[in-house]
Amino acid sequence: MIRTKDIFKSFDEKEVLKGISTEFYKGKTNLIIGRSGAGKTVLLKLLVGLLQPTSGEVWYDDTNFFGLNKKEIRTVRMQVGMLFQASALFDSMTVEENIRFPLDMFTNMTYKEKRKQVDSCLERVSLPGVNDSFPSEISGGMQKRVGIARAIVLNPRYLFCDEPNSGLDPKTSIVIDELILDITKEKNITTVINTHDMNSVMEIGENIILLYNGEIAWRGHRGEVLESDNEILQDFIFASPFLQRLRESALGK
Amino acid sequence: MFLKNILYHFGRYVMMLGTAISRPEKVSMYYKETMRQMNDIGIGSLFIVGLIAIFIGAVTAVQFSYQLDGTLVPVYYIGYVVRDMTIIELAPTFTCLVLAGKVGSNIASEIGGMRQKEHIDAMEIMGVNTAAYLILPKVIAALVVIPMLVAVGAFISIIGGYLASVPTGVMADADYIKGLRSFFDPFNVTMMFIKAVVFAFILTTVSCYQGYHVRGGSIELGQASTNAVVFSDILILVADYLLAVILTS
Repeated sequence: MIRTKDIFKSFDEKEVLKGISTEFYKGKTNLIIGRSGAGKTVLLKLLVGLLQPTSGEVWYDDTNFFGLNKKEIRTVRMQVGMLFQASALFDSMTVEENIRFPLDMFTNMTYKEKRKQVDSCLERVSLPGVNDSFPSEISGGMQKRVGIARAIVLNPRYLFCDEPNSGLDPKTSIVIDELILDITKEKNITTVINTHDMNSVMEIGENIILLYNGEIAWRGHRGEVLESDNEILQDFIFASPFLQRLRESALGK
Repeated sequence: MFLKNILYHFGRYVMMLGTAISRPEKVSMYYKETMRQMNDIGIGSLFIVGLIAIFIGAVTAVQFSYQLDGTLVPVYYIGYVVRDMTIIELAPTFTCLVLAGKVGSNIASEIGGMRQKEHIDAMEIMGVNTAAYLILPKVIAALVVIPMLVAVGAFISIIGGYLASVPTGVMADADYIKGLRSFFDPFNVTMMFIKAVVFAFILTTVSCYQGYHVRGGSIELGQASTNAVVFSDILILVADYLLAVILTS
């Protein structure tokens, strides 16, 4: 589980996060949603330590992340996997080398063992046989899946996904969402997803926080979204007249 | 403001080096990366260093023979001057100024591109000490390979002086060789290697700094690459002066 306590973050005079206290549960897909500029990416970067909070704490189970020294932070990070918005695959390495990189860096496995682990991860994301392709030679959806394979290769306890569906067609988005959900359940890990994809909210949102102007405006799960009377949530989720009509018909109004 | 800016960048540069000098997570990965860098910096720069060196030697010989024309100074001094100018000054300084352009800009754009494409963030989240993994192998490779390149450059430069003087009839083969063997002070070679090591350190670390801290987009990446060359060149020239004062006093 990951907990944040009173997280504030400012850039110069601009306060982006204003006292975020929340919990991200183990074995669940935890979603951070909100409009562009609401502070989602800043919160995610704070959770993984790419940014320092102005004040506040981030706890990984019983460990206060920002109370650790650099070496201890690296040890925690070895239990973290992350899928980046643009995948962040190393473009001069093949798919296999990308996935193998954490194994090369942190394990003493033999080449054969590493190859087996890479193949098993590629199999898990339904991408067998692309080992020797370069990231530029595969589609955006495949790149995301390779990114997931790289993120899970060291069997992390925490998985972070920054906009996993951005730039993907709806069908591929669903495949990626299902993959993330399945991996979360299989490995019983804490997954935090930053998204503004409505399909993801309704399909895999087991624990959702809605950020609005740097504060938590709503929290709940996918089953509560439709019936919530929180205006900020409804404005955000059912933004278009078409979606509003759909909601009304679903609620029998 | 200017002084504050310099102190800010110097502080960040020192902190980056402090983080870079640490125990590698996996020695074999650092070794592999160092070998790759040695190949890129060393073999990749051999042609341009050789080309520049041969002309430096040739021009030095031609210019000095022009200065000697009509004087009582023995003609074999051409070989002696080409040798000492090359070893003491031209080989280390010219080679490293050229490498600042070729290798420095390459390093800044490589690391800067990785920063912009979130590769560095991805490595950080994996638990990699990115300052160490991306910078240390480049610095070690440069410290090993650049002095070798400078030595090769000095040798080729002396050959350039020979080609510009002997086949053209300015002086006899024996005179040039006599010049090369006259008044030789081995400390000059030590001085050449000291300069090469210091300049190699400057050009790689300054370029790494520029790339590692790049922000923004392609324009900023281009600026970082240019800054890497400009600041490396300035610092190499300043260090050249300081070393000249220290080593010859």
